[in-house]
Amino acid sequence: MYPMKPRPADAPRPSRRDVLKFTALAGAGLVIGVHFGGDPARAAAGDGPNFTPFIRIDADSTVTVFSKHLDKGQGSATGLATLVAEELDATWVQTKVEFAPANAELYKNLLFGIQGTGGSTAIANSFEQYRRAGATARAMLIEAAARRWAVPAGEITIAQGIVRHASGKSARYGELAEAAAWMPVPENVTLKTPDQWVYIGKSFPRVDSYVKTVGAPGSFGMDVQLDDMLVAVLARPPKWGGTVRSVDATEARKVRGVVDVLQIPQGVVVLARAIWPAIKGRDALKIDWDFSNAETRSTALLEAEYKALAQREGITFRSEGDAEAALNGAAQVIEETYVFPYLAHAPMEPIDITILFKDGKATLWTGSQLQTLDQNVTAAVLGIPPQDVAIHTLWAGGSFGRRAIYDAHYAGEAAAIAKAWGRPQPIKLVYTREDDIRGGYYRPLYVHRVRAGVDANGRLTGWHHRVVGQSLMIGTPFEGFAVSEGVDHSSVEGLEDATYAIPDFRGEVHNTAVKVPVLWWRSVGHTHTAYAMETMIDRAAKAAGREPLAFRLELLAGDQRKTAVLKLVAEKANWNAGPPAGRWRGIAVQKSFNSYVAEIAEISRRANGTFKVEKVWCAVDCGVPVNPDNIRAQMEGGIGYGLGAVLRNAITLTDGEVDQDNFDTYEPLRIDEMPDIEVHIVPSSEAPTGVGEPGVPPIGPAVANAIFAATGKMPTELPLTRNGLV
Amino acid sequence: MIRFVLNGSERAVDVEGDTPLLWVIRDELKLTGTKFGCGIASCGACTVYVDGAPVRACQTYAEDVEGSRITTIEGLFSREAEAVRAAWRELDVPQCGYCQSGQIMSAAALLADTPKPTDADIDAAMYGNVCRCATYHRIRAGIHRASEILEG
Repeated sequence: MYPMKPRPADAPRPSRRDVLKFTALAGAGLVIGVHFGGDPARAAAGDGPNFTPFIRIDADSTVTVFSKHLDKGQGSATGLATLVAEELDATWVQTKVEFAPANAELYKNLLFGIQGTGGSTAIANSFEQYRRAGATARAMLIEAAARRWAVPAGEITIAQGIVRHASGKSARYGELAEAAAWMPVPENVTLKTPDQWVYIGKSFPRVDSYVKTVGAPGSFGMDVQLDDMLVAVLARPPKWGGTVRSVDATEARKVRGVVDVLQIPQGVVVLARAIWPAIKGRDALKIDWDFSNAETRSTALLEAEYKALAQREGITFRSEGDAEAALNGAAQVIEETYVFPYLAHAPMEPIDITILFKDGKATLWTGSQLQTLDQNVTAAVLGIPPQDVAIHTLWAGGSFGRRAIYDAHYAGEAAAIAKAWGRPQPIKLVYTREDDIRGGYYRPLYVHRVRAGVDANGRLTGWHHRVVGQSLMIGTPFEGFAVSEGVDHSSVEGLEDATYAIPDFRGEVHNTAVKVPVLWWRSVGHTHTAYAMETMIDRAAKAAGREPLAFRLELLAGDQRKTAVLKLVAEKANWNAGPPAGRWRGIAVQKSFNSYVAEIAEISRRANGTFKVEKVWCAVDCGVPVNPDNIRAQMEGGIGYGLGAVLRNAITLTDGEVDQDNFDTYEPLRIDEMPDIEVHIVPSSEAPTGVGEPGVPPIGPAVANAIFAATGKMPTELPLTRNGLV
Repeated sequence: MIRFVLNGSERAVDVEGDTPLLWVIRDELKLTGTKFGCGIASCGACTVYVDGAPVRACQTYAEDVEGSRITTIEGLFSREAEAVRAAWRELDVPQCGYCQSGQIMSAAALLADTPKPTDADIDAAMYGNVCRCATYHRIRAGIHRASEILEG
């Protein structure tokens, strides 16, 4: 449930400073974590080892794993539990997961430096940390047993949740937990070797499947119910950059259940006893908007501006050899201009956040994905220190990037509402689906102009690639992390590190200025770069008179892992035998988030001439497969998510206003268009890498390449409905 | 006051007649298993049964359910429902899980009508239930598995 368990006053605790600070999580028993080594500032402070509490063991032997990562469906909670159970030798039944509180010092993403989830990093950055936590707790349980039984620790064995000695003595973890919490924390622990793994590499069931079949009580932010809680909906300007000139709330205030109407910097908020009167109240507002500084361009105009920019030199992001000379000397030059629309994430659970601002401290209940930024923005609005913002991270009903927001805008809205209301009363801010679809923070609109040169011998000799669109990172807290010399690497990832052996390659980018807020969307830059690159490779292969797979394998001879996933997927699909009659196939490969995925799409043609995706084969190399079934699930879901967007999703603007507003005009993939999917995992002993996003990038170009095989014409403007193809 | 039977218990609520049943269930009666996804009957997250038939609660109004029997995911107990739940857990169908109450309500209704559905039956019955995680592949497999469980 929402409030964390309070710490009993008499609970014995390890006298570690950070553990004591961590009272919100304390229950009876053992709270343990890894040695926070390698931090010279802490060592210099002379306050000894500090511990990040990742595990609690209760008297009933329940092992609670504190997940520093948000689980929004991608299965990271199950993954972190797997890592702890492995090293702690716990049973799966006794292992539970709770989300950790907001505390960047203890729970930062080791790859971000702040607490947050994204970039398919949850398992990659936790693989060592959570295993080490499990091994540390295991060592302390053994030490406690050794002292209690007065036997050498080396004679004690531990397996399946039981600690044993040859004398016949045994104890469950809960019997030892309180004593173990007082044991010295080992500086070094030995982790299991892969041949000793019991959990890693097997597919233990998700920790959240049961609750999600019974209505998921207490799981989602949308379902938060607190005593005396008000619900808020916000009227935001219908064009970005618009402001409120005046508001007439007379009719809104007459709606039964409406409590108040307040103006905040972001718009006009209706506070009500429940959601429905809040929505009705908002519908009844009469607002005069000032659009003098608003974005008023249409997407048709933006596309024309971007296409013009694509003819001009941009900021160089990659330069090898002389692409211009290679293209001038090529026997054939293929040129394409691509258009990728704005995309909404549209997670099933619309955005929501509940705030309580009381006695100078704030508490948030939400599926927080970047806890540190949610804290900082809330604190700045309320004028309190960030550590006085507590967050109860809840399971999120999808995200796909939407809840990881550089400006924490909805935490900021909630804080502004709480401040304007001024009473210590919980307020749940809810986005309707219309607020979500029209609310911005989209995958940006991009235009690519690509030229590829093939010589008389059918070799790909030159490549010139321009990307035009809004940067995701410039002007955000992530700028230092992702931008160098004007190049936002998230705009060109997949191109700047493309491993096709092309002797002369030039890449340029234009960062455009538009007031539409943009955000990473499942697989970020790879959502467009993979499409442009992989469809141009098929165009080049055809120009060269080559078969697309053989053409790729030759150009990727230096990239073993891409080669391996291509060969695996081709073998499983029996690619070389060709498709059955009435079917066409396309293949594509992309490395993203350090994982390698190749996909083959097989399509058929309906009587009306449109295409249907019938089957997809997928091969993935994500290093050590921690939970193979979850990897398959993420590939299946990534393929479906990417396919829906490629088939028919686009956010368009007319005079600066969004044309779509709900699932009738921004229609998600439905079950009748979900292809059959086969996923094959490359065995690997490399460090584990992400799976939440990497399934997405290859599906668009694989489908497009299949359409190219069927028609000889490559679709270059998305979605495919724009060309009447699907 | 509007009166109806919810999950076997008689309830009376004092709301405007045009209040969607979804908000009556969630905000007045505090049962949150029925989810809000779109508000226009386009996603199926709010699927409940009214007098045994699946409907979208966001486009069903309080005044229309006077005297009706309403079943939500919390009150869904049938052979079909338990088979669907068992199959969902066996195959780990849910990802984010937000749509799954509605998926399970629709799947159980399908199996009650059609114990051995074809893929085409499944597509037709489940078309209105959106899953943004695109767990459709496993939903289809889950319904076939539930059908097997029911056969015994």
